[in-house]
Amino acid sequence: MQIIDLENKSLRELNAKLQAQSSSASQKVWEVSNPKGGHAIAAGLNAPIDVTIKGSTGYYLAGMNQLATVRVEGSVGPGVAENMMSGCVIVEGDASQYAGATGNGGLLVVKGNASSRCGISMKGIDIVVFGNIGHMSAFMGQSGNLVVCGSAGDALGDSLYEAKLFVRGSVKSLGADCVKKEMRPEHLIILEELLKKSGSNAKPKEFRRYGSARKLYNFNIDNAY
Amino acid sequence: MDRLGNYIILILIMLIKGNWMEDDQSKNIPRTDPVQSATFSNSINSEIRRAAATGIYDIRGGGAKRKVPHFDDLLFLGASISRYPLEGYREKCETKVLLGTRFAKSPIELDIPITIAGMSFGALSGPAKEALGRGATLSGTSTTTGDGGMTPEERNHSQKLVYQYLPSRYGMNPDDLRKADAIEIVVGQGAKPGGGGMLLGQKISDRVAQMRNLPQGIDQRSSCRHPDWTGPDDLEIKILELREITGWKVPIYLKIAASRPYFDTSLAVKAGADVVVLDGMQGGTAATQDVFIEHVGQPILSSIREAVRALQDLGMHREVQLIVSGGIRTGADVAKAIALGADAVSIGTAALIALGDNDPKLESEYQALGTTAGAYDDWHQGKDPAGITTQDPMLMSRLDPIEGGRRLSNYLKVLTLEAQTIARACGKNHLHNLEPEDLCALTLEAAAMARVPLAGTDWWPGKSGSPF
Repeated sequence: MQIIDLENKSLRELNAKLQAQSSSASQKVWEVSNPKGGHAIAAGLNAPIDVTIKGSTGYYLAGMNQLATVRVEGSVGPGVAENMMSGCVIVEGDASQYAGATGNGGLLVVKGNASSRCGISMKGIDIVVFGNIGHMSAFMGQSGNLVVCGSAGDALGDSLYEAKLFVRGSVKSLGADCVKKEMRPEHLIILEELLKKSGSNAKPKEFRRYGSARKLYNFNIDNAY
Repeated sequence: MDRLGNYIILILIMLIKGNWMEDDQSKNIPRTDPVQSATFSNSINSEIRRAAATGIYDIRGGGAKRKVPHFDDLLFLGASISRYPLEGYREKCETKVLLGTRFAKSPIELDIPITIAGMSFGALSGPAKEALGRGATLSGTSTTTGDGGMTPEERNHSQKLVYQYLPSRYGMNPDDLRKADAIEIVVGQGAKPGGGGMLLGQKISDRVAQMRNLPQGIDQRSSCRHPDWTGPDDLEIKILELREITGWKVPIYLKIAASRPYFDTSLAVKAGADVVVLDGMQGGTAATQDVFIEHVGQPILSSIREAVRALQDLGMHREVQLIVSGGIRTGADVAKAIALGADAVSIGTAALIALGDNDPKLESEYQALGTTAGAYDDWHQGKDPAGITTQDPMLMSRLDPIEGGRRLSNYLKVLTLEAQTIARACGKNHLHNLEPEDLCALTLEAAAMARVPLAGTDWWPGKSGSPF
């Protein structure tokens, strides 16, 4: 295991080192100590490596991640795993705003709560939050799955496209064009897989599904908000 | 009987009235011409009727069509006894510009200070994007992606390609980000400050839908604000992240609409931008509400000096480069923008016209679409006879990207030669040596906005010591 201590290495040195790893790299396991809430830690990784961050981080942890697995033994600031393409990001604590924003793929697991706009403009990412999520989550979500084991705040799924939303607890309110939908067998399969992959012991049947009513897909003055 | 009586009275009234009219005509009494209302013009009335029939606002492409103070309201003074000119063609007048010198390890060097503005694949056809790349490359300048991501034809034919990082993040991925020669974070667009793009269902082909990860045939409304940052402090960290992902190699531009140019430019500098791109209300869009295009934002003329003032106040003029766009058509416009303090300009609509948009040779087809050459702006409908703003394979095939690239390059060459001609006449051996002192204004408005003297005076409204 390689250890990089941000107490004596710069952010640039850290990211340059991690970004230089390729699929054939011999060093697969990395540990980053003393993150001290720093921003853009482990951003732009593009190799199947395991990176553990020993503490809490600031904005954009593991931004645009590809292939790597990044674990945070703490909480994360806004925009964790934003625009992730593949790989996995696991947050042991809480996540601030915009968790998984615009993500195209991969899995984001937040074991605590996620704040507002979780999964905003998601484009294929899977997000599992063990706790609650804040308002305006999955706003304009295009595709992918957002699984919330706790409750959701106001305006869930506002202006939603084809992302699938699963909530176990209550939903304070639904956003424009977001409706409760039937939970079909194929959705239970998706849920089961995601809960298993993320290590949650919640049961798929405890969830309700929400999706787009598709009334805003084409301009119709009678459907305008 | 009552009814019969009414008929008789009505016939009598008509006869008498008819007689009066005959009297007026036979007596040659002049009549007042019918007067159209300036307030309720034919154009306004037609829009009221269209709105009443459809219940939806008018959507169109292009930029503001209303007349606003513009570069036409400025003149160059040229050389005189106190300033001697340079010889046209013979004496050197440099045009090179370096963009992104503040933080980027690899700034962009352009042969000419005229770049191609961001226009999306989706709004434009693949051949049109290729033609823009070819034309820019032939001229030693850059072109720019748009909403929807980077296409291979664009990357392969653009020696210098600026990758737009937009609120929608359609098609955005780190692989393409790393292929870019610069990144342009789009905060605003001159045609629609505060608004997102539109791409209506007619233009959402399989390929466009796939690149944007959205269902085919839906009306796309791109986000109007970025999903993962709010305000200048967040933006500073977003820029840090983009630099970390691209190894601090490429310049980061920040594109703002001409809305609050002094404050936005100041905040862009504070957030760490290498280059500020300022887009005036005449700048085009692929599609948005007409009311947005015509009523939100400022003309480019009133915005340049404010942006330059912000850079000067921060000691960053020329350190952070300024690119301006929105209504650049001629070499004179290029020279005037630079004289007011810009480092470079950007063209969009003019580039499309150079490719063949709105060409009168297609008049019969424009007529069939209910419009006329020069006025065609239904770019959102995807029926462009010139094959530029369409995804229809038959129409797209009309544009030869090689020929289009050549036409664009010719046009860029003329813009450059014209700007050089003016600069030499003002005695400048580099376009960047043009300055406000070389200009005067034809109108009070232009004098106030550009802060150059009204022609024939040494005064402009707001000048220090002026009572006005």
